[in-house]
Amino acid sequence: MAERTVELASKHGLHARPATLFTQTVAKSGLPVQISKNGKAVNAASILGVISLGIEHGDTVTLVSEAPDSDGLLDELATLLSTDLDAE
Amino acid sequence: MSSSLTGTGIGRGIAVGGVLRMPDPLPEPDDTASALTPDAEKERARASLAATAAIIRHRGERAGGSAKDVLEAQAFMAEDPTLIDDIGTRLDSGKTAERAVFEAFASFRDLLVSMGGYMGERATDLDDVSQRVVAHLRGVPAPGVPDPEHPFVLVARDLAPADTALLDLSKVLALVTSDGGPTSHTAILAREKSIVAVVGVTDALTLADGTEIVVDAATGTVTVAPSSEERTAAEAKAAEIKAARSSATGPGALADGTLVPLLANLGSADGAADALEKGAEGVGLFRTEFLFLDSSSAPTVEEQKAQYKRLLEAFAGKKVVVRALDAGADKPLSFLNDAPEENPALGLRGLRALRANEPILRDQLAALAAAEAETDADVWVMAPMVSTVEETRYFTALAREVGLKTAGVMVEVPSSALLADRILADADFASIGTNDLTQYTLAADRLLGSVASFQDPWHPAVLKLVGEVGKAGRATGKPVGICGEAAADPLLAVVLVGLGATTLSMSPSALADVRAELARFTLDEAQHFAELALSANSAVEARGAVTTAAASQ
Repeated sequence: MAERTVELASKHGLHARPATLFTQTVAKSGLPVQISKNGKAVNAASILGVISLGIEHGDTVTLVSEAPDSDGLLDELATLLSTDLDAE
Repeated sequence: MSSSLTGTGIGRGIAVGGVLRMPDPLPEPDDTASALTPDAEKERARASLAATAAIIRHRGERAGGSAKDVLEAQAFMAEDPTLIDDIGTRLDSGKTAERAVFEAFASFRDLLVSMGGYMGERATDLDDVSQRVVAHLRGVPAPGVPDPEHPFVLVARDLAPADTALLDLSKVLALVTSDGGPTSHTAILAREKSIVAVVGVTDALTLADGTEIVVDAATGTVTVAPSSEERTAAEAKAAEIKAARSSATGPGALADGTLVPLLANLGSADGAADALEKGAEGVGLFRTEFLFLDSSSAPTVEEQKAQYKRLLEAFAGKKVVVRALDAGADKPLSFLNDAPEENPALGLRGLRALRANEPILRDQLAALAAAEAETDADVWVMAPMVSTVEETRYFTALAREVGLKTAGVMVEVPSSALLADRILADADFASIGTNDLTQYTLAADRLLGSVASFQDPWHPAVLKLVGEVGKAGRATGKPVGICGEAAADPLLAVVLVGLGATTLSMSPSALADVRAELARFTLDEAQHFAELALSANSAVEARGAVTTAAASQ
């Protein structure tokens, strides 16, 4: 089991474009990933699930995957979350 | 034998084509127990969700551009694992696939709406996907905008922004609606995109798919099954209008040479190149809300300055009128005012909201002054929804303090129009926002369909107020611009000039028609039309009197 804890850098929170980018990265990998905030976990490939967590700038979130080969993917996702995607 | 229907024409165009009806929205699926097993219902739901995602994706590929991104996001919604789990749970309790899909989408829709802002606006996307999946489950055509591969005349009750965002305008020959007035969303779209339209045609929904019709906006008539003579005459008139439009070039001017600069309304720097190509002589209304939407806090001075510079550089040597942030009743910004109000249109909005958050206004003006200092555009700044002389003084003093040399106000509230002489004693210019001025003059919410018939800028009461501002402009020698929808209605634009407007600002696509119309009349004629309109009893009478007079010139 792999796990990463990250602080969200996107200034306007994990909505809209950053959320789409994030969930599509998970969906394309085909690996099961959960994202959680304050103990509430959702499927990280679900745009509606991720949006419903209401993750704002500066919030700490945890990524967890039970898949054996998920380290690379979690690193990539952690980098995405710690980059200010709105600034691009 | 042809017959005809009548409504309110938007603009002066004419078109001939076959009818395609907008399908009616599907009724809510009944909450009755399913006759199938949950597993069988799950298979039906799975198949329809997958098929809908594939159809939406295919449409996105055909549409390209920004529509592709919107449709791609919709396809992901139909495939969303959280949503599918939610539907599964509902099916396990014995619901039909139709009902479970409907309920699951509705619950996410409510969630997005409660989040407000950008996410709230995506709620209509969820509704659209939900309707499509339910239609697929029932085996009926998907509601929403028809998308054939050939040109057509779209006939609808009225069009919502969500419909028109996906409308392939290159295939729409004309729009005919049964509801909606001259300021409905359909009418605004028609003016913006220069599409032939007749709105408020009571019997429009009796038109069957495939019927050939002539849509004549100048007369507001829809001719059903035209004779070959009628069709030929309409086609000749359409060609004549096209020729007039392409021959009208250069600065906006009346037939006697009186210059009436034609400016563009822009919502971001992205539209600058298109506006210039269509002959905009500057920007008459630069809306700055886009900088602030989708944000929980205001952008920094540096961020704003970079955006303003982009726009100002595109209009080097030209006039650019920038409107300070306008958080309206229809576009609330949580960091400006998140207190619930009974009547938001009459609440803390426009300059009132900015004044309550002065640091945001100061930052915006400072960013604008800094951008002006580094570019060659002639920057004018104006405050939204000013209702008193005192507010005028407050805003112009603040703008001048940060170094902006031309500061004015928007006249959208009748009180400002009535005291325009005193307001213009202080402000450097006035710009009339006809949409809000009409809303406030006739006490009719501009977003409420049931009072749409009141929302007509041709109303003599509205024109009388415009005339007051025009008079004050002449007396003080200060410019009076128009930046509402009214300026994009070619004949009304002539009337507004007759009432004393010195510049007209509109969506860039409307520039050609307005330019062509202005060139047909002298200032004397424009003033005569203004008198005719002012002496009418109603908007319909005013429009009728001026249309008749213009036709006999």
